[in-house]
Amino acid sequence: MTDCKQFATFFLNGLFLGVEVLKVQEVIRYQEMTRVPIAPAMIRGLINLRGQIVTAIDLRRRLELPPRPEGQLPMNVVVRTDDGAVSLLVDEIGDVLEIPDDTYERTPETLTGVARELVRGVYKLKERLLLILDTERAVSLPAAFNRTAAKGN
Amino acid sequence: MDEIVKEFLVENYENLDRLDRDLVSLEKDPHSKDTLGSIFRTIHTLKGTSGFLGFGKLEAVAHVGENLLSKMRDGIFIINPEITSALLATVDAVRFMLSQIEASGDPGDRDYSSLIERLTFLNEGKTLPVEAAPVVQASAPEPLPITHAPETCSLPPTVAAQAEPVADAPEPVDLPPAAPSIAAAVPVPAVSTSAPVSGIPVPQTAPVVPDAATATETTEPRGSGVSDSTIRVDVGLLDKLMNLVGELVLARNQVLQFNGQYTDTAFLATSQRLNLITTELQGSVMKTRMQPIGNVWNKLPRVVRDLATACGKEVRIEMAGKETELDKTIIEAIKDPLTHIVRNSVDHGIEGAEVRVERGKSAEGCLLMRAYHEGGQVNIEISDDGGGIDSERVKQKAMQRGLITSEQAARMSDHEALHLIFLPGFSTAEKITNVSGRGVGMDVVKTNIEKIGGTVDLQSQPGVGTTLKIKIPLTLAIIPALVVTSGGDRFAIPQVSLLELVRLEAEQARKQIEFIHGAPVYRLRGQLLPLVYLNRELKLDDGRTTAVVDDAVNIVVVQADGHPFGLVVDEINDTEEIVVKPLGKQLKGVTSFAGATIMGDGRVALILDVLGIAQRANVVTEERNRTLSEASTHGRKATDSRQTLLLFDVGQGGRMAMPLSMVARLEEFSQSSVEHSGAQEVVRYRGQILPLIRVANYVNGGGHTVPEPDGPMQVVVYSEQGRSVGLVVSRISDIVQETITVKRHAQSNGIFGSVVIQDRVTDLIDVKAVIRSADPSFYPEKPAVPAAA
Repeated sequence: MTDCKQFATFFLNGLFLGVEVLKVQEVIRYQEMTRVPIAPAMIRGLINLRGQIVTAIDLRRRLELPPRPEGQLPMNVVVRTDDGAVSLLVDEIGDVLEIPDDTYERTPETLTGVARELVRGVYKLKERLLLILDTERAVSLPAAFNRTAAKGN
Repeated sequence: MDEIVKEFLVENYENLDRLDRDLVSLEKDPHSKDTLGSIFRTIHTLKGTSGFLGFGKLEAVAHVGENLLSKMRDGIFIINPEITSALLATVDAVRFMLSQIEASGDPGDRDYSSLIERLTFLNEGKTLPVEAAPVVQASAPEPLPITHAPETCSLPPTVAAQAEPVADAPEPVDLPPAAPSIAAAVPVPAVSTSAPVSGIPVPQTAPVVPDAATATETTEPRGSGVSDSTIRVDVGLLDKLMNLVGELVLARNQVLQFNGQYTDTAFLATSQRLNLITTELQGSVMKTRMQPIGNVWNKLPRVVRDLATACGKEVRIEMAGKETELDKTIIEAIKDPLTHIVRNSVDHGIEGAEVRVERGKSAEGCLLMRAYHEGGQVNIEISDDGGGIDSERVKQKAMQRGLITSEQAARMSDHEALHLIFLPGFSTAEKITNVSGRGVGMDVVKTNIEKIGGTVDLQSQPGVGTTLKIKIPLTLAIIPALVVTSGGDRFAIPQVSLLELVRLEAEQARKQIEFIHGAPVYRLRGQLLPLVYLNRELKLDDGRTTAVVDDAVNIVVVQADGHPFGLVVDEINDTEEIVVKPLGKQLKGVTSFAGATIMGDGRVALILDVLGIAQRANVVTEERNRTLSEASTHGRKATDSRQTLLLFDVGQGGRMAMPLSMVARLEEFSQSSVEHSGAQEVVRYRGQILPLIRVANYVNGGGHTVPEPDGPMQVVVYSEQGRSVGLVVSRISDIVQETITVKRHAQSNGIFGSVVIQDRVTDLIDVKAVIRSADPSFYPEKPAVPAAA
């Protein structure tokens, strides 16, 4: 019997992603957001989560994926980070899966670009690949942006 | 770490701070038995407890110190500078050992034999050689180059440990013979700091046990014999309490929103009660975090003493307003800036004794620290009676360093020139000392103070002295703010930045908004106000330029860094108390926002950072302001002699004026809301009962009643010490800025005299006299003194 880990999973533009379940504070439906003007594009806005102000990050933007189709509202996966709670906007929520360690593999070469930086590794499941998201990196601004922002401001 | 050891550390860190103060105080008053007794007891206890806990080294050092003190207590020795320095060095050694214990559990393996030797020497009545033995290094060993020219103040490393994490190579303390030669370096502007301050992240909490388990005494001055009406509370717990109260305030705001909808009396009564209780709770919890500024100041006497000794000067420090309270977070933030400013004053500001005497001053320089509450802010003033700052020299140096051009220098006022020292990279110290002069200090001071929402102002008179004024808001967590709407979103503007609100109707807007060099400005009472269109600045309309539209223009006049400008928004909503929540790290780079808050309806609103917006919009550069001042037909007058006055009409055609600073609010009440309390007319106002005084009855001879005009009453609300009075006038006319020269002095009660404003003879009302004649009990037992206008 190999060891297993539990992951909260979700879908994003056809990709199947997961985050360690212990890192997830909660999963909630679309919440009204207050937009933040002149902020980095990946920041969709701020949410009032039971009195706490939580930053909502559009994961599609962050992963440089095409924008969500019109009319489709994202779901919120609120994760715990060093800096407090942050919400990741995803397409659909999946199940919590218990996955054996022996299916873990390094990120395949086929995954390029930003996704490569943000994915820690993959699990080979029966029908598809589960990409494990590095939450700390996901909620941080891409370094390149910081440089251009500094110049622009 | 053991609980016992933790307590040992916390208590003794405090004791050491007290020892510093006591030793300096004893030096000034060598025969004070009480002080000596206190010092002895502290060291004695320290020795005992460290022995008990097995800290042998600590015990040994304390033991020798105790011996010396014992002899002093018996009258065998009287304290002198050598002994003081040695004892202070002992305190530093103990402090260092305590930090070692905190970090690793034991006092470390530094060698203190030289210190012990020194103390033993003194114990035996021998005097030390002038080249004092190398003193103990007090912090991380990173030797700094110290220039040895006699003019410099080489600071004994002991002081460094006290105030900042300055590391100095152990050097013989080279007391410069040369007070005159230091003074010969012409009075230098108060500048920069020793490099370590800039680079090394300040472990401000060094004397504190980690895990934020900083124990705070909730009230009361320390010292022996403090009663048991105080209690130690973990700061983390207080923070939590603050947060919860913040949440309660938000919930309360939401409940109050429903007040409009439900008319159920029980609900209204309950929500009112909730409101009252929440407000009181908020006030009380904020008070728990307030600490007297004396806590920070208490370290300064020693800093001043050591620095003055090193520089060969005589300086005394005086403090007024020690009990002025600040929120703990603010105190943490200003600790370093204050210390730095004080060091500058002693090092550069105050001249050596001989020079001072030559100039007719007393040999001992004086450093005065003042703190007081005013206008919702804490004011801290640091003045010295030193040589002042020569604005010419400052300009020279700034040009040398390429910070300004010669044209800019020529056009600069003295006041502006002084503020050049706050530019990064500025320093006019002839020689870089390890105290100051590395050109990184004053800008850090300014930044740190601005970070907590404060402002810094510098004034100086060459030959006479220098004063630095710092203003800081009272609290950071729950602040009053103005809510505005622009581009469909709501924003909050902290009231502390708010100056006034101006509304221009479409026609006025078209005519009165001028364009200078392409930038929109509005002439407000003669002063040109640069305008910033919020929609454009924050790209709320997707870049569509908001030229003057047909609708009215709302201008929120705010100030950033002392420069006022107008923020144009779509709508002005209401003032509210909001709870400030910080933005996540992803948004730290967006300088236009200072935080976010949750509004009464549960939605999030962003809090504008006025300074950030001003900088982004390039509204606060010297350039821009100079251009404006050139364009302004009134030119740049000294604003000091101008006063802002409220003009109003009283009775039949009588025009009067009063300083705007005395006006709390302008209100309108319907005649029907006037009630009577005995013979006094009153009106219900903001939950209080406001007595009304009809000004017409009390000035210019008074007594004649004026026919009531129809319609609502115009009332000027005046408040003092929590009590308010409504002055009823016929018509509120205008607000102007004028230089007052009284043309004709008072012939009758109630007025100071007359001036001519806008071509009309205007009487200056003596508010206090009017109030006193209407209601003598308003000012209990005060002699009739004319109020300062």
